[in-house]
Amino acid sequence: MQVGGSRNTGKLLMERSSPGRMGVVPPPLDVPIQILPDDGMLRSELDLPEISEPEVVQYFTNLSQLNFSIDTHFYPLGSCTMKYNPKINDEVSFMAGFAGIHPRQPLETCQGALEVLYRLQEFLANITGMAGVSLATLAGAHGELAGVLMMRAYHMSRGDSHRTKMAIPDSAHGTNPSSAAMAGFDVVTLPSDAEGNVDLNALHELADQNLAGVMITLPSTLGIFDTNIVEVCRVVHEAGGLVYGDGANMNALLGKVRLGDLGFDVIHSNLHKTFSTPHGGGGPGAGPVCCSKDLLPFLAAPVVAKNEGNSLQYSLVHPEKSIGKISGFHGNFGVLVRAYTYIRTLGESGLISISSNAVLNANYLMEALRDIYYLPYDRRCMHEVVFSADWQKERGVSGLEVAKRLLDYGYHAPTMYFPLIVHEALMIEPTESETRETLDAFIGAMRSINQESHDNPELVQHAPHTTPVSRLDEAGAARRPDLRWRRDD
Amino acid sequence: MNFQSHYIPNTELDQAEMLRTIGVDSVNDLFLDIPEEFRNPALNLSEPLSELEIQKELSGLASKNRALISGPSFLGAGSYHHFIPSIVKSLITRGEFLTAYTPYQPEVSQGTLQVIYEFQTLIANLYDMEVANAGMYDGATSLAEGVLMACRVTQREHVVVVDTISPDYLQVIKTYCQAQGIDLTLSSVGQLDITDETACLVSQYPNFYGYLEDLSYFSNLAHEKGALLVVSADPMAMGMLKPPGTYDADIVTGEGQPLGIPTSFGGPYLGLFTTKQQYIRQMPSRLVGRTLDDQGRTGFVLTLQTREQHIRRERATSNICTNEALYALASTVYLSAMGKNGLRQISELCYHKAHYAASKIAELPGYEIPLEGAFFQEFVVKCPVSPEDINRRLLQDNILGGLDLTSEATGNIDNQPFNNAMLLCITEMNSREDIDSLVSVLGEFN
Repeated sequence: MQVGGSRNTGKLLMERSSPGRMGVVPPPLDVPIQILPDDGMLRSELDLPEISEPEVVQYFTNLSQLNFSIDTHFYPLGSCTMKYNPKINDEVSFMAGFAGIHPRQPLETCQGALEVLYRLQEFLANITGMAGVSLATLAGAHGELAGVLMMRAYHMSRGDSHRTKMAIPDSAHGTNPSSAAMAGFDVVTLPSDAEGNVDLNALHELADQNLAGVMITLPSTLGIFDTNIVEVCRVVHEAGGLVYGDGANMNALLGKVRLGDLGFDVIHSNLHKTFSTPHGGGGPGAGPVCCSKDLLPFLAAPVVAKNEGNSLQYSLVHPEKSIGKISGFHGNFGVLVRAYTYIRTLGESGLISISSNAVLNANYLMEALRDIYYLPYDRRCMHEVVFSADWQKERGVSGLEVAKRLLDYGYHAPTMYFPLIVHEALMIEPTESETRETLDAFIGAMRSINQESHDNPELVQHAPHTTPVSRLDEAGAARRPDLRWRRDD
Repeated sequence: MNFQSHYIPNTELDQAEMLRTIGVDSVNDLFLDIPEEFRNPALNLSEPLSELEIQKELSGLASKNRALISGPSFLGAGSYHHFIPSIVKSLITRGEFLTAYTPYQPEVSQGTLQVIYEFQTLIANLYDMEVANAGMYDGATSLAEGVLMACRVTQREHVVVVDTISPDYLQVIKTYCQAQGIDLTLSSVGQLDITDETACLVSQYPNFYGYLEDLSYFSNLAHEKGALLVVSADPMAMGMLKPPGTYDADIVTGEGQPLGIPTSFGGPYLGLFTTKQQYIRQMPSRLVGRTLDDQGRTGFVLTLQTREQHIRRERATSNICTNEALYALASTVYLSAMGKNGLRQISELCYHKAHYAASKIAELPGYEIPLEGAFFQEFVVKCPVSPEDINRRLLQDNILGGLDLTSEATGNIDNQPFNNAMLLCITEMNSREDIDSLVSVLGEFN
């Protein structure tokens, strides 16, 4: 779609290369030339493009405009919490005293950074009701890995090496079973009951001396608060197991309830969801792992400690029985600074307002659409609502097609076909940062697409029609993987 | 519920009307599924702050840290102070890139997807490998995932690690392997015992101490026994040095931070991960492929997703999901701007300046450069007194010295621990004047 003077993104970098062009002029050498290593160690060919600076800027700027993003479009992607990402957070993270410091510099020269980390640990402990926090984990799934390794280390330390069974609800994110498997656990599926809660009968059957624990997402990926949760924790603990909490959906709970108070032993928080740090097209994130008192000795290293009365107020410590280092340095500091700034900006009343409005917005959407989209779990939703396109499917229009049609209306699609236990699932999370006008317009689009599924199903079936590309041949891409540009292409 | 934040548009009137639509009296009624005894806990957090106050607070905290740009810095050891062209920040902060999610809807994510395809191309070229993935968390975790992948490919569980790799990387490999029954043997270069049971030989290029290992020897040693060679390589060194792919390495990983990403106290960074075509189905993390749309136009999609956690669950090649896409963009912009000549020139600047510094320090009485062989931009200096004392003195002149190796877990010189040894790093950011002032302060000790 080329309009007027806008520049084409069709050619790839290597195809734009023109010998002699430069995007950067390096400074001259100001020391005498030194003897190079043997020729045999030196590179003769380096296949990188030769492009001038304006071309680089124009190419990437034009590419950016092919994206939907929070700043340009409503992005109600369920379980991803696509809320506004405040610009002040970015600005702070780029300050020279934060972005320009080295992870190995002497501790007396980075006390300000350690203070931010220490305070963030405290904030997260207070918000989640947990005893301790490690910020070293670099994404949600990375926090999960640390958390389940800590559960394993805890059981091993008690001589319970037979506790190898990890029970995970059938509605869980894929990262849960995958993380558990990486930590050496055998994954067993925990079914949901008719209400969408954990099936207590099934849990009782699994709760034996081999149970290491359960991994629970709260609210669940059905967007509901599991009303059995206190009982779930009790049953698991009575069997000697631990309860892991996936904090992906914590935006619903800020200041409303703390997972630690409910009995969770280890959780992770997705700072790139609940605490507004930008997703960057797939990262960076941060997934701090928070734990109860019993698991403190096993926390991923390092943890920031405050030393009262010491000349060095903040230091990095390796907990006594730590599962070890899980990332190169101290975590995704630039993301952690953003989350710190966000929590400080909002304060306690602000965080409560976040969850209040996130849940209000989701329930508003649920109420406005329930007459035309099927609600498989018809009960109060939290920060997101899961519909099914089963009724549209009867007219030949699938959930995927409804989602793709939304792109034509200028909305990012909801999460589709997840959770796996809902047919034709459409998981919609509006977040607190959208206006009521946006929600009303989105409701209008959803109603209009439903009408199209009656009047003109083909229009929906072949959507999207207005995007830079239409449906792509994903099967062909997987069958004949073309994963890089080659000179002979 | 009455607090109004500038991040939340709903007014009290909006809320009242929405509650009426929902059919409840108050927002509290939406939270009745939470057991009452646990509802509305105190968080012990402070009151909201204005942006003005926040800026002041954070500027104050930032000013308590010594920024690398405030004076000469000679610290490396896995995080490197390199020049970053201003276009990198300008492009990665565009909202269309910064505030997009993982490109699950390709029709409205072609920007991110095409960038990743470009990234895969440039990184594969840089390491002379056949395929690169869309990125991992950082250099340490990328190497750890490389070890796990080598075990899957070979169906073996013994791993030999050369003892000159980063102690940080070694610890992360241990953490990743602890639950999978994989055993690690740490060996010096002269004592590598590769057997028919060995899954892979793991090394770093340049190694943690800055020196260039004999990759061709490692490659033969591993391949003779059917083991894979896994190398973590500094992408900046690839500007002038033959890449591991040339030596037939099977998995090449790296820390992408030198490619346009600030040191930022250790993160966010970018894990680089490349391998041979034949192993792509065992690769961790995302891959982007080029394909056609239903009208025959070229487009890009996430592909080979059946390896990944959201499809394969407990049988996935890795649990990795969100990684570091924005910094894959940063490194792609960086490499585009540097190009083949710029990257070569920057890496040569690092090399010549580092060797100039080493030659000057070697002339100082009481100092020696104990390791033999070629190095890139880092080298070990044996000091006449404790590096801690030297570093304290350097800081008085606002110079950030090198890493004190005395307390590092691995490594040795001629089987002696690195007592009084310092790891210095010189990059293009250090002027001759910086280097001369470093040498001059070092000369005060003997």
